[in-house]
Amino acid sequence: MNLRQQASAFAVHAVLLAYTALALAPIILVIMNSFKERKAIFGAPLQLPSPSTFSLIGYDKVFGDSAIASYYINSITVTGGTIFFTLLFGSMAAWALAEYKFRFNTFLAIFLAIGIMVPIRLGSVALIQLIAQLNLINTLTALILVYVAQNIPLAVFILSEFMGQIPKDLREAARCDGLSEYNIFFHIILPLLRPALATVAVFTMIPVWNDLWFPLLLAPARGKQTITLGIQQFLGQYITDWNSVLSALATAIIPVLILYVIFSRQLIRGLTSGAVK
Amino acid sequence: MATGSDAGLMGMSRASYLRLLGFFLAPAVIIYSVFSIYPLLATIFSSLYLRQIDGTYVFNGLGNFVTLLTDTTWSVSFWNAMKNNFVFFLIHMGVQNPIGIALAALLSLPQLKFRAAYRTLIFMPTMLSVVIIGFTWQLILSPLWGISKMLLQAVGMGAFFAPLLGQESTALITVSLISVWQFVGIPMILIYTALLAIPDELADAATVDGLTQFQTFFFVKLPLVIPAIGLVSVLTFVNNFNAFDLIYAMKGALAGPNFSSDIMGTLFYRTFFGNQLQLGDASMGSTIATMMFLIILLGVMVYLFVIQRRIQRYSF
Repeated sequence: MNLRQQASAFAVHAVLLAYTALALAPIILVIMNSFKERKAIFGAPLQLPSPSTFSLIGYDKVFGDSAIASYYINSITVTGGTIFFTLLFGSMAAWALAEYKFRFNTFLAIFLAIGIMVPIRLGSVALIQLIAQLNLINTLTALILVYVAQNIPLAVFILSEFMGQIPKDLREAARCDGLSEYNIFFHIILPLLRPALATVAVFTMIPVWNDLWFPLLLAPARGKQTITLGIQQFLGQYITDWNSVLSALATAIIPVLILYVIFSRQLIRGLTSGAVK
Repeated sequence: MATGSDAGLMGMSRASYLRLLGFFLAPAVIIYSVFSIYPLLATIFSSLYLRQIDGTYVFNGLGNFVTLLTDTTWSVSFWNAMKNNFVFFLIHMGVQNPIGIALAALLSLPQLKFRAAYRTLIFMPTMLSVVIIGFTWQLILSPLWGISKMLLQAVGMGAFFAPLLGQESTALITVSLISVWQFVGIPMILIYTALLAIPDELADAATVDGLTQFQTFFFVKLPLVIPAIGLVSVLTFVNNFNAFDLIYAMKGALAGPNFSSDIMGTLFYRTFFGNQLQLGDASMGSTIATMMFLIILLGVMVYLFVIQRRIQRYSF
């Protein structure tokens, strides 16, 4: 490598490092200061917590508010339920659209595709009335139903693409062996779809976990809040208590960061394979 | 009614073929129709009705839209939100997407070390909830904590410190830039993928012809990723005109100071649910939601029929 190339490689790394620092600094700043006592938060915000400034007082208050555990349980229930039903119903529909010929096939595919581009949020006025008529206000069921409806279009789209890559011989062989169509789907196709299902699961998980709008509209009652709404309300209440605010933010950030580190490969592979073509 | 295309496969009877289709399609189609398409249509429908004092609704044609666009009780806030939303969108197009393209260009350089690490770390803020990001930046910019003041002073620009979120002139730009900071990962990843799909021979040929890496990017690669840039633009448009969470988390439903950070999403929320200043109004709420729907539809149509078509014409 000659000097010129070395210099330009150095410049590229300098730019990327600077941007990475800009992307991470606010997050690190919050996590770092959440472990410090009040005086150190204001006196030396850019320093790491040291033995003399270390304090968990903010976390005591966050976890002392017994509701935080229920926020997490609610978020896990809603996200888990949404992922399960989106994957199940989405893959079933994708299979039928990809495999069977019937009169409304193309129409149904286009009908489902509308939901990829048009945000369901715009139907909120009628949606909230519908949920009220069904007596589902302030239930996690309402959130799961809405999120499944929201995520099915993209799931069907991605899974249909994958479905096309499964060799046709496989299905024909299974049919010759006398397997029913139901068995072919559940015992042969579904296991083969696993990588695509993982991609859809990650795509579904993040917006649902982070959403504020529908929890705010459909399930704002005490005990039913998801973590995003719960933290939002907690922050509004304790806005002057910096220890608690920083700890609450860190409490919301850290689990997502851990999940992200575990799934980032899956997610970025999904983004780089399905999104542009 | 049996037609050729509906005939089952392998001697399956028509009834059991329909049962099969129903089994696989019904759950997805029913949930999607009931909880997504129906509310959308019903909302558009109810924008044609006007709420009376006694709580009943009467048909009003396009009257609500006329009120929204011309009656100063509504039109002032509507056009304000509309203008702000365009500023919000233009800042994303002008700042977020160019930065995303530049980062993607750097990440796609051959023989770059730590590529995966950079990509993963820069994408990280995109993963976090907008609420969390909003509060985090609120703390950082707060004059109480003084971090931003301290940083500005460290580089000798202490005089430029201002309560950016509290001033009418800067609140919207600040909130937009925070959103840019959070979502720059999306254009970066999508453009990066498109750049990777370009065959190496093309770049090699350009190098042999004596183009620098910079020229190769601008004159060879960039024109080839225009379809991805089109996709990024329409995604930005849809997301921006549907945005709500960040403004609500940072500035509340009133989108202060003095509605200077009000966008369509917050205006819709305030109108539908009411607030300190007004009662909730489902008719006008639906009308605003329908306007948002039409704006988003227009953006998607422009993308599908103008941008995408032109790209197809030029790409071969």
